[in-house]
Amino acid sequence: MTSAVDPTFNLASAVGAKPDAPPAPAKIKVENLQFYYGSNHALRNINFEVPEKRVTAMIGPSGCGKSTLLRVFNRMFDLYPGQRAEGSVLFDGVNIVGKELDPTIVRTRIGMVFQKPTPFPMSIYDNIAFGVKLHEKLSKAQMDERVEWCLRKAAIWDETKDRLHTSALGMSGGQQQRLCIARTIAVKPEVILLDEPTSALDPISTSKIEDLIDELKQEFTIVIVTHNMQQAARCADMTAFFYLGELIEMAPSDVIFTNPKEIKTRDYITGRFG
Amino acid sequence: MASLAARRATDRAVKAISTGFAVFALFLLGWILWTLLSRGLPALGLNVFTQVTKPPGQGGGLLNAIVGSLIQIGIAMAIGGPIGIFCGTFLAENGKGTKVGAAARFVNDILLSAPSILVGLFIYTLLVVPLGGFSGWAGSIALAILVIPVIVRTTEDMLNLVPVGLREAAFALGAPQWKVVMFITWRAARAGIVTGVLLAIARAAGETAPLLFTSLGNNAMSTDLSKPMASLPIAIYQFAGSPFDDWVSLAWAGALLITVGVLVLNVASRLFLARSH
Repeated sequence: MTSAVDPTFNLASAVGAKPDAPPAPAKIKVENLQFYYGSNHALRNINFEVPEKRVTAMIGPSGCGKSTLLRVFNRMFDLYPGQRAEGSVLFDGVNIVGKELDPTIVRTRIGMVFQKPTPFPMSIYDNIAFGVKLHEKLSKAQMDERVEWCLRKAAIWDETKDRLHTSALGMSGGQQQRLCIARTIAVKPEVILLDEPTSALDPISTSKIEDLIDELKQEFTIVIVTHNMQQAARCADMTAFFYLGELIEMAPSDVIFTNPKEIKTRDYITGRFG
Repeated sequence: MASLAARRATDRAVKAISTGFAVFALFLLGWILWTLLSRGLPALGLNVFTQVTKPPGQGGGLLNAIVGSLIQIGIAMAIGGPIGIFCGTFLAENGKGTKVGAAARFVNDILLSAPSILVGLFIYTLLVVPLGGFSGWAGSIALAILVIPVIVRTTEDMLNLVPVGLREAAFALGAPQWKVVMFITWRAARAGIVTGVLLAIARAAGETAPLLFTSLGNNAMSTDLSKPMASLPIAIYQFAGSPFDDWVSLAWAGALLITVGVLVLNVASRLFLARSH
């Protein structure tokens, strides 16, 4: 496969990707990123780009560093002394790994949804208002409007409109996860990070969230970590395969899952290890 | 390996012994409660709540002691509650793996098991002697020192039960730490923290030793915190040892009052915890 090393080779057209999908500019650009948990070197020399308004999936066996990388993108690692990142992660050209940047600003623009649904112990309405109030001063009417807007976006408005002021803890797991997505959207981030968002959910809730991801990429750049390769194939435009802290291969999802370049990728997606 | 019969015999023996001791402990508790009720209830008239202490043989009640106890516990909680909650919050949210956190936790554990009379003597030398007299303030502060370690411990334990994911989710929305703590973790641990505060009140309500050297007791009605102040435990201590029958029965009434109060607080904290789950 000489074409794989030819920098001018256009993978998207080679695999018959939709012609109406021109290459998207990079929203996040990772350059020579190293990450350490104490003395454990968890990510080595990562270089890759997250295209704007696309879904990028990160796959790989447990411990490969995909979640670690996701947590670098919104500086979640800052909460824990002993964890540090070196290199650069350029977000719209600004290095967000640099210590001088306030992590709360990064997190406002790069939101995150976690593996387990994490509704706050308050009403559905307040779950959303909490994040919005951190950054904006809205009137009651504006807040009502924002709550409805993001609940509609997260495809959960119909199920919640009559119980906005009841506790979010009374919802089902799938509803809670969509509420968490709504809550993240409510602060109007540019990037949404999803850390195995459906691994705790049943198949019906999972497919609702996958449909939602498809909708959301119209407006947001999405990065999803998943253990479910079908999910990556279904949802993601680009897929990156990580192994032992290194990025092995990144390509359009249909290439990765049908014709990967690297032996390790092929072994992983065919279930030979992982 | 022992034979099956031998293992069954051991099992039965251990079960019998532990059941026996459990019944014995319950029996003692029941005995105490029975004595308390049988002596305290007849003495518990309206006068206990409406009249102050009078000389022996003239009736009288425990109004001054009840009011004194409420004031001193109230002030102790007003001082010790916030200190305990904030200290416990620091230990759970920021103090992990730090030297200050480890030191604070260690000192708190010592305070938690320190004999309460030491706290009384400490305040005696620190406040009573320099200020030249026993006072309600001294009693309140001694009680505050007693409740702080209880609240610190329960607050830290309850906050540690809040899932890490909940904190991270709040941080992920761009919240600064103080907002995460105030609006998310405290709220999630609310029931547990309130329970700790209620248990601390229960502990303070029954303490005699720290008050002996600090607020001393007062047979007259007084709400002046700079003067000696009456309290239920001191009144019990003073009356139970007296040779006068009416004082002794007042002591029983006071003991019953404290016990019922502590019981109510315990039940309330259980209900509070149960309702939130």
